[in-house]
Amino acid sequence: MKINEIVNILDCKILCGEDKLNDEVKSACASDLMSDVLAFVKDEAVLITGLCNPQIVRTAEMMDMRCIVIVRSKKPDSETIELAREKGIVMLSCKIRMFEAAGKLYEAGLNREE
Amino acid sequence: MSIKLEYDVLGENFSTAGSASDSVKSQLKMLGINSNDIRRVAIAMYEGEINMVIHAGGGKAKVEIYPDKVVIVLEDNGPGIKDIDLAMKEGYSTASDDVRNLGFGAGMGLPNMKKCSNSMDIKSTVGVGTTITMTINFTN
Repeated sequence: MKINEIVNILDCKILCGEDKLNDEVKSACASDLMSDVLAFVKDEAVLITGLCNPQIVRTAEMMDMRCIVIVRSKKPDSETIELAREKGIVMLSCKIRMFEAAGKLYEAGLNREE
Repeated sequence: MSIKLEYDVLGENFSTAGSASDSVKSQLKMLGINSNDIRRVAIAMYEGEINMVIHAGGGKAKVEIYPDKVVIVLEDNGPGIKDIDLAMKEGYSTASDDVRNLGFGAGMGLPNMKKCSNSMDIKSTVGVGTTITMTINFTN
């Protein structure tokens, strides 16, 4: 799935990484617990989270994740967005809750293509 | 022959926590190490770095990169770990609610570090500090 499709499916606002919307993602991990994310090893993944501190970017970077979707319209501070931009990670924000966001992406085929 | 790196990990500073691990990750990438091994190093060191920030008011991270492995030594002068076996149990945590709000402190850090390392040694004295040595062998 292209990141662009995620933007459409979840009706996301793009916080950074406008130039990488054509990049492909293959799986997703939805969690507010960064240690659980760090135990999730899959390539080209999306992080769906309700947190918005700099550690979501650090965690995504450690795991080579391409994209972060922040749920419930939370807005990280400019420092966090800047860090994501610097690391080449697309940061998106959507209005809906985590369960719904994960469900919609799963339904659209994310995590199911092997 | 090896490459030696040393970092000061600042305590009580969540916005910079992880920058040392990030730097090691870039180094390994430049050296052409395979991505699975890089990820194991990054996760192990990042969890360790977070622990130093949360529990010990910071510390030092010494990393030595050899052709076939990485050795990470994390030293702090924090409160020490009273019961290492208990600290190693998944889900056991002494972290504050503030830390939990940031997405850590669920008692998965040390187990994650152990899982990513080929060997991990914890030396800790209550009131003096903790030194954790992790060795990660490259698979190729």
